[in-house]
Amino acid sequence: MITVEGLTRKYGAFTAVDDITFTAEPGRVTGFLGPNGAGKTTTMRVMVGLTRATRGRVRVGGHDYAAIPNPGRHVGVLLDASAQHAGRTGREVLTVGARTMGLPSSRVDEMLGLVSLSDEEAGRRVRNYSLGMRQRLGIAHALLGDPQVLILDEPANGLDPAGIRWMRGLLKGYAERGGTVLLSSHLLNEVQLIADDIVMIGRGRIVAQGTPESLLQDVGTFVRATDNDRLGTALTDSGIAFAPQGKGLLADSEAVAVGRAARDHQLTLVELRPTDGGLEDLFLELTADAQRDDLTEGAVR
Amino acid sequence: MTATPTPGAAPGAAPLGSLDLSDSRRIPFTRLVRVELRKMADTRAGFWLLVSIVLITAAIITIFFLAADESDRVFINFIGITATPQGLLLPVLGILLVTSEWGQRTALTTFALEPSRPRVLWAKVAAALLIGLAAIVVAVALAALATVIGGQDGAWENIGADDFGNLAILQVSGLVQGLAFGMVLLNSAGAIVAYFVLPIAFSIVANLWTAMRDAAPWVDIGTAQGPLAAGVDLTGEQWAQVLVVTLIWIVLPFAVGLWRVLRAEVK
Repeated sequence: MITVEGLTRKYGAFTAVDDITFTAEPGRVTGFLGPNGAGKTTTMRVMVGLTRATRGRVRVGGHDYAAIPNPGRHVGVLLDASAQHAGRTGREVLTVGARTMGLPSSRVDEMLGLVSLSDEEAGRRVRNYSLGMRQRLGIAHALLGDPQVLILDEPANGLDPAGIRWMRGLLKGYAERGGTVLLSSHLLNEVQLIADDIVMIGRGRIVAQGTPESLLQDVGTFVRATDNDRLGTALTDSGIAFAPQGKGLLADSEAVAVGRAARDHQLTLVELRPTDGGLEDLFLELTADAQRDDLTEGAVR
Repeated sequence: MTATPTPGAAPGAAPLGSLDLSDSRRIPFTRLVRVELRKMADTRAGFWLLVSIVLITAAIITIFFLAADESDRVFINFIGITATPQGLLLPVLGILLVTSEWGQRTALTTFALEPSRPRVLWAKVAAALLIGLAAIVVAVALAALATVIGGQDGAWENIGADDFGNLAILQVSGLVQGLAFGMVLLNSAGAIVAYFVLPIAFSIVANLWTAMRDAAPWVDIGTAQGPLAAGVDLTGEQWAQVLVVTLIWIVLPFAVGLWRVLRAEVK
């Protein structure tokens, strides 16, 4: 289990991670979803003690990561598949890890087999690996110490569809045996395929969390008027709860009721649509503000 | 593809989701040192740097053997001639020991497996010292071999434990200085350039600037360490000078580097 409590990380005036709280439960695969630069990697780096938290705390299995003796035996970490010495062979990368953790070299062969890296491939230098092979090597490294918790940053990046399916099987099986998996991704369908729970982050803040099903249920109607302030008043008068979202409001009701409320107050609507277009729409809406290259914004300016 | 890993669940232990650490021990320091030694030799660059230290040591002894007068083929000369090439290469080894972790970003993995950064750095220092001593052993062995082949009378005279000691101090301090420069700059090229250029530049300035000339033995590492390589007995003042330059050029950068590495965000 991983618990993140009120975590904030600032770099000068820039807040990379802004007061986030969530839990990755054992026995489940938790997908940490957000656009690039949303704060996923920073959060994961704080988890394993590579970056200091400005405020808040992270506990891995009830402990401070830095206080876990020989942490590789308890927590498997893959932060960046490219962060391997280009001059080492794949097998040597695993051997260095196994030696550090005090594992027999037979464990290296087991892991190479698990991620389907052949002897010939394992003997090649990492410089000559494709991104997909590096990811497999990184996953093998994370699993070396037979950990109960896995923290994987963008592990599916660079994998082909078959590779993603393979990883889903691997991680699901791992979670079913009681393991905790937290994996990040900037691609919604990757997370949809693999995760049991989703934590969405945008611009350093958590914008939604829950199972994919509950996230779909929760959505109501996205509505935008020429005057959103009056629209808010109109919705309140009609007893419809809402929250600001992007350039409009997310109303907790059906489109018909929202449309009526607008008509009663003689408001001009610019957009009115049920947000039932799958998680993808939700993801895009929830993270619209956080997107670095927001096309709509760019066009206006 | 069929097998899936089973998370290592401790039987009958701890509530679900919390890690049972009762069976866990800290990684022993000796193991960290062994891993650091392995990492020095498991890349082509590292391996050939080690091999070249041995080969160049052998080459310089061979060249001296062929070029020197027969009467000069004595142990103290052979061992003395190895000091320069080793003194150039060992610091590079020390620099790469730190900077390759940052350049290749393996520090991410290293510090994830051992979150105590001071322990990792001390393991690197210990590994560097072991390599430095091994290099001296190689030099001594090759010098002895050359001496035997030379077969001069009195070839083994004028050798004391202090000569080996001085050589060890010289080479080990170079290695640690390299490590320290690596830790300060965390960049291979920058650290290597700084290591070789800074003391030379400093030396030039010290010699041009008359006011500095008297102080040079106290602040210029090349001047102060000169006697260590010369195979002479050092006076008390000279030892004090060695100590002072060690503080300035090795201990100070090491402290700054330590501070930097402990605080730096590992990217």
